[in-house]
Amino acid sequence: MSEDREPPPVTDHQNAELEDSEAAEELFVSGMESPEGLHVPSEVASGGSNGPKAEQILLDDDTEDLFAEATEEVSLDSPERQPILSDGPSPAITPVTPVSIGSRVELGAFDRSPEEDEDEQESRDTLDIQISVSDPEKVGDGMNAYMVYKVTTKSCLSVFSRSEVCVRRRFSDFLGLHSKLASKYLHVGLIVPPAPEKSIVGMTKVKVGKEDLSSVEFVEKRRSALERYLMRTVKHPALLKDPDVLQFLESSELPRAVSTQALSGAGILRMVNKAADAVNKMTIKMNEADAWFEEKQQQFENLDLQLRKLHASVESLVCHRKELSVNTALFAKSAAMLGNSEDHTALSRALSQLAEVEEKMDQMHQDQAYADFYLFSELLGDYVRLITAVRGVFDQRMKTWAKWQDAQVMLQRKREAEAKLQYANKPDKLQQAKDEIKEWEGKVQQGERDFEQISKNIRREVGRFEKDRVKDFRIVVVKYLESLVHTQQQLIKYWEAFLPEAKAIA
Amino acid sequence: MDDSSAETVLSVSANSIRITDVTQDGDVLTFAITSQKLNSSAGVCVFRTYEDFDWLQQSFFSQENVPGLQGIIFPPLPSKAFPLQSSTQAKALKQLGFLALGQNWQSYCKALEFYLQQAATHPSLCKCKALDGFLTNSESPGKQRGKKGIFNRLSQAVEEMRKESHKDVDNFFQNERNKNTNLAASSKLATEKLLDVVMTEQKLALACGHFSTSLHLCVNQDDAAAVAFSKVCLKLSDIIEAVKRNFEKVASNNLSTLGLGLDLESRYQEAEKEMLFRRTCKLIELETVKKSTEKAKPHKREVMEAFQKAVEKEFSLISSVAKQEIERFQASRVNVLRSFLIGWCEQQLDTAKECAQLYSQHLEAFKNMYSK
Repeated sequence: MSEDREPPPVTDHQNAELEDSEAAEELFVSGMESPEGLHVPSEVASGGSNGPKAEQILLDDDTEDLFAEATEEVSLDSPERQPILSDGPSPAITPVTPVSIGSRVELGAFDRSPEEDEDEQESRDTLDIQISVSDPEKVGDGMNAYMVYKVTTKSCLSVFSRSEVCVRRRFSDFLGLHSKLASKYLHVGLIVPPAPEKSIVGMTKVKVGKEDLSSVEFVEKRRSALERYLMRTVKHPALLKDPDVLQFLESSELPRAVSTQALSGAGILRMVNKAADAVNKMTIKMNEADAWFEEKQQQFENLDLQLRKLHASVESLVCHRKELSVNTALFAKSAAMLGNSEDHTALSRALSQLAEVEEKMDQMHQDQAYADFYLFSELLGDYVRLITAVRGVFDQRMKTWAKWQDAQVMLQRKREAEAKLQYANKPDKLQQAKDEIKEWEGKVQQGERDFEQISKNIRREVGRFEKDRVKDFRIVVVKYLESLVHTQQQLIKYWEAFLPEAKAIA
Repeated sequence: MDDSSAETVLSVSANSIRITDVTQDGDVLTFAITSQKLNSSAGVCVFRTYEDFDWLQQSFFSQENVPGLQGIIFPPLPSKAFPLQSSTQAKALKQLGFLALGQNWQSYCKALEFYLQQAATHPSLCKCKALDGFLTNSESPGKQRGKKGIFNRLSQAVEEMRKESHKDVDNFFQNERNKNTNLAASSKLATEKLLDVVMTEQKLALACGHFSTSLHLCVNQDDAAAVAFSKVCLKLSDIIEAVKRNFEKVASNNLSTLGLGLDLESRYQEAEKEMLFRRTCKLIELETVKKSTEKAKPHKREVMEAFQKAVEKEFSLISSVAKQEIERFQASRVNVLRSFLIGWCEQQLDTAKECAQLYSQHLEAFKNMYSK
């Protein structure tokens, strides 16, 4: 049921405002429709995660009443949410709650349903959707050349029109997708997986047509990164249903993503970070009502440092393994030469066999280096970038909070202005002031709702992220162990084959 | 290895010679050498420094009354070891190669041990009094500086390089010289390349150690997710530790078998080269004398002819000794290399089997941890 509901965060900014006023209207409407709901006990009001929501709605419905109290200047002066909402004296306030069940449910749909769905989704999505990025093909020549990748989506999920779809996409298409998702979801606190980095050096080599090992490696690295990016994106229950994602995976023609020059994954995050820095510099000290967020932020900062350190360790490991492969190959050559210089037949043959064994070991070292790299180094790199996205989301929350606070300040000003006008006897200006107050009250409510929403979303997203993190690492460790076991077993075969050769030397 | 003389001066069994200990006092290394007396069950233990070894080698070179001495392939003595300080580590590696590696001078001691064993089993050298004294006298040869042999490092001088390529009169020796030139170069190169491999393996072990430590530092108990993640990190840390130990073992196997073997082979090829060079020098001397004799004025001719005969005799003695030495050397080196290659293969095979089992256990345990 809840799957069919569209989440309130809408597809573009223009609608957002509309949605605000729609919601506000709805609340007013529901507030006036069922006056009998006014007598429901307050237990309902404070139930679970919907508590704050209910209180929010109270504010809207009781606009008229509050204004009546405004002359007393009881609660409106204080900028904090709580005193305004939990205004004691008027019994009419509390029972309004059940009236707003309709809209509350709608707002809550996005909160609750994905949580329930998530567990189902988790066990399902690893089986029910498989995306592969393959067959990199160079299109065009010279500096205008680009690589096109085949994206194959295999799934029996209902969101897809066919069980298997194949499309061709270029790198800027991926960046375009990410920039769309980021602009839609970052500000409501969804952790949007970052797209792979642009690389001028890497791409230039490919464009220029250098068919050497480093450009082949670069293309492979990129292909793998694009695959992981798509898989991460569709694993997110909300993103999977996003029309842009579906269009990306299914439609054969995709409008060319422009201005991706500036908007790579890193570009978006830089923008987010810049905005976050600007917020911080505004010396807004957020009154963190929820210690969870502070703790989590600290944890993520620590994790970031740890992962970066791990990444550096793994890079060093990969580097040394490659060196070992090179040196083993050189040794193999020198052993072959020694075998050739040798007169004694059996010794000569044994030495040549030695050279062959060493060559095979060289190949093994290379393979293991790739395993090290693709399993660990890339995983750690992905997570370092993901954490940047997570921190971006925390910063968005602060921004949202700041916006809400600003709205409250404005509202206060408007109220003060109105109060002054009351005594100034300018009726037309007074009406305008009242209108502005209404407008800003709406904004305050929206600000608070947004803040609640983003906080909720972040909690859920972080929970999902941490589960995924453990799962991802577990999978990688298993794959790594399997590669180690395989390598050792190969090695045993090589040594067992060589032993009789060595013994045969008479 | 049959000795033509009935009397052997060596009073200990060649195969029992061992270097059992090494102590370091500042810059000086002292080696404990034990051996078994031939005619009794008594053991002998003496203490020697590198200077003593050097004295022994010089004594070999300067023996008198050994016909064709210059035709002997003298067992190569490793270069002097300088106790490692960080600034001279690179220098030690350059000078000693494999022998500089390994813990507590293990490889170096092994090389010295081989040296003594090779000398003790050599048909001529085993009769050298100096060897017996070296192995059995409680007093060290001390600061005796015997006559400095003229045989060391003759091949270094540029002029000598020209002599080295002097055409031979005997096919057997010409072939041997060509072979030796190739083998000496190849074995030296192979030794260096294997050394590079071992150094890289050691670097890899270190890198694994760092990675493993970093993983250990990722442990935190903040909440359920952090605990689960820590568990994964710790397990991975254990696995990387295992990878590290594997690299250390593989490197150590390489070092103690093939590395040592190639090093020995390489140095022995050099020793053969020096012997062949000495003979070539003698050949050149002979040819020079012949030419002078032909040109000599009649009244000097008889003296010259006598001299020529002497040189001819020397040359032919050297050549016959050399031939025997070469045959002996060829046989023994094949055996030596064979045993090193087998040892290398068997050790690496054992290590690979142990490691495969360990990794499999880790894999099983890890999968079981999360099978629920």
